[in-house]
Amino acid sequence: MHLRNTDVTHFAWRALHGYPTRTILMLIAMAIGVAAVVVLTSLGEGARRYVVGEFASLGTNLIIVFPGRSETAGITPSTMMGETPRDLTLHDALALTRSYNVRRIAPINVGSATVSWRGRSREVVIIGSSHELLAIRHWELAQGHFLPKTDLDRATPVAVIGKKIRSELFGAHRAMGEWLRIGDRRFRVIGIMASEGRSIGVDVEDTIMIPVASAQQLFNTASLFRILVEAKTRSAIEPVKQFIIDTLQARHQGKKDVTVITQDAVLATFDRILGALTYAVGGIAAISLAVAGILIMNVMLVAVSQRTAEIGLLKALGASPRQIIVLILAEALLLSAFGASIGLVLGEAGSLIIRHAFPILPAYAPIWAVVTAFLIALLTGLLFSLLPARHAARLDPVLALSKR
Amino acid sequence: MIELKHIHRDFQVGDQTVHALNDVTLSISRGDYVSIMGPSGSGKSTLLNVIGLLDRATAGQYLLNGKDVTGLSETEQAQTRNREIGFVFQAFHLVPRLTAAENVELPLMLAGIPAEERRPRVARVLQELHLTNRSHHKPDQLSGGQRQRVAIARATVMEPNVLLADEPTGNLDQKSGREVLDTLEALNQRGITLLVVTHDAALGQRAKRQIKMVDGRIVSNSTSSPSHAPA
Ligand SMILES: Nc1ncnc2c1ncn2[C@@H]1O[C@H](COP(=O)(O)OP(=O)(O)O)[C@@H](O)[C@H]1O
Ligand SMILES: [Mg+2]
Repeated sequence: MHLRNTDVTHFAWRALHGYPTRTILMLIAMAIGVAAVVVLTSLGEGARRYVVGEFASLGTNLIIVFPGRSETAGITPSTMMGETPRDLTLHDALALTRSYNVRRIAPINVGSATVSWRGRSREVVIIGSSHELLAIRHWELAQGHFLPKTDLDRATPVAVIGKKIRSELFGAHRAMGEWLRIGDRRFRVIGIMASEGRSIGVDVEDTIMIPVASAQQLFNTASLFRILVEAKTRSAIEPVKQFIIDTLQARHQGKKDVTVITQDAVLATFDRILGALTYAVGGIAAISLAVAGILIMNVMLVAVSQRTAEIGLLKALGASPRQIIVLILAEALLLSAFGASIGLVLGEAGSLIIRHAFPILPAYAPIWAVVTAFLIALLTGLLFSLLPARHAARLDPVLALSKR
Repeated sequence: MIELKHIHRDFQVGDQTVHALNDVTLSISRGDYVSIMGPSGSGKSTLLNVIGLLDRATAGQYLLNGKDVTGLSETEQAQTRNREIGFVFQAFHLVPRLTAAENVELPLMLAGIPAEERRPRVARVLQELHLTNRSHHKPDQLSGGQRQRVAIARATVMEPNVLLADEPTGNLDQKSGREVLDTLEALNQRGITLLVVTHDAALGQRAKRQIKMVDGRIVSNSTSSPSHAPA
């Protein structure tokens, strides 16, 4: 005596139809749980992809050098002595070009200054750098040229401006070739940056770039903010990193007073942290599934007691305890599957809405989250119905039938 | 075919023991028509439940078709109920969300019979019970008499040897009650063993064999003269 699968499904289906309130309640509970997992993991995954994408867009095979020792190596004698770290200089930057593995470098200086043209003026972030910056950051020009290819210590009075600066200062007027005033110096506009979307740390549209030596004069400093170094290949990154550390240590009287980070390491770290975050939010959302499971258990228990007479009848007609269990579990499984499917649709709709509302966030739920959420939903539905099902199977048919 | 030997069924109610069946010995042959009468609480339903394997005797022996069924497992009992026994209850016990035909189909479904085989069998019993034009009605769209006839169709669709009816007319008016009993008797005439519990002495008189119970014991067990039986 084996129930046929189609019969079990059909019977369960009819039972779900017979008690719409209960069915809808449980569908909602399941759907919310699954949708929560999908939406939250898509958010986490979106954040991860966004940040990783941003870092990837910084450049390729990039190594970043900045002054000061970030204390990963513990306390060094120099910090004990209270020495301030030596600044990075243009000569340091030049020294870094002397490796076969280094493709290009760009020293960077950052400051802010008042920029004016024909009476219009505003505060602008000024980046001092070199010709190579354009290639390192994969930026593009809309018009004109980027900073000239000259010696790093030559302060040429030229500027490359962002789109926003162009429209705010010059309006409809032609900007190329115009002289604008930055601080107390005059610069000729030689290029306009293409709108670059976004890029970590720099809003290309709202920035003016000038030669690094000009920036040092403008801000009256001999030190650099960063040096960007591009290795020739991915496998050259580590040797170049070591070369930088050794070279700068030698130039700084044996002191390790710079921090060298590789884009790869940063990427990997963010990838890890945000990946873990996605797991965490997914896990939290999965708890709501467990809550849905408990609700299912209660509702199924009520369902069994509501249908005590029916279960007694099925027994009188020859249903074995196993068959009763199968029928009740099928009901729960069908419910969970439907609820989970609705939840998936809602969740995917939710991430679609998020992607529309925040286009920069690639909020796609990872496949593992979708599959796991679905399976957990089925499993919770099953597990939490086992108790009610066994309760039903153990009912005394005579008592069950006499219950009205 | 049904042989009960010294059957006891005790219920523990608090610290009191209720002897619902007290040393019942009874033998019923194939094709018999037996009515069971007696005051409320005398053990009629319990007797029927024990015979129908819905309930287990506390002591005694029960042979069904010569086979001792006292020690069957729950699953074996369920199988036996499905194949050998049909139940008709006072309260009909139709599944409200299922149509008449679907209710009748239930025992076939539990037996694992494929749907294509079930349909003609359901249609046939419904036709025999003049319910063909009601087969797609839900129970709440049927009269009491029709409901009980659907229940009878369900009890007989597996072609069992024994039909157990516990006060089948108890919820019906007199006219439908008679019709239902006519239906049961017609089935008996075609060979099914029929046991009917009833309050109504007039209806009970119609059985070939009448059992009277008091306090869990059989107090009289008579076979009426054929002249009293309905024509
Ligand atoms: N599940 C039970 N628990 C306790 N007592 C019961 C139970 N079922 C029946 N009884 C008792 O057994 C006796 C016989 O009951 P029953 O067979 O239903 O009588 P009848 O059908 O003749 O009215 C009654 O005294 C009843 O109270
Ligand atoms: Mg009774």
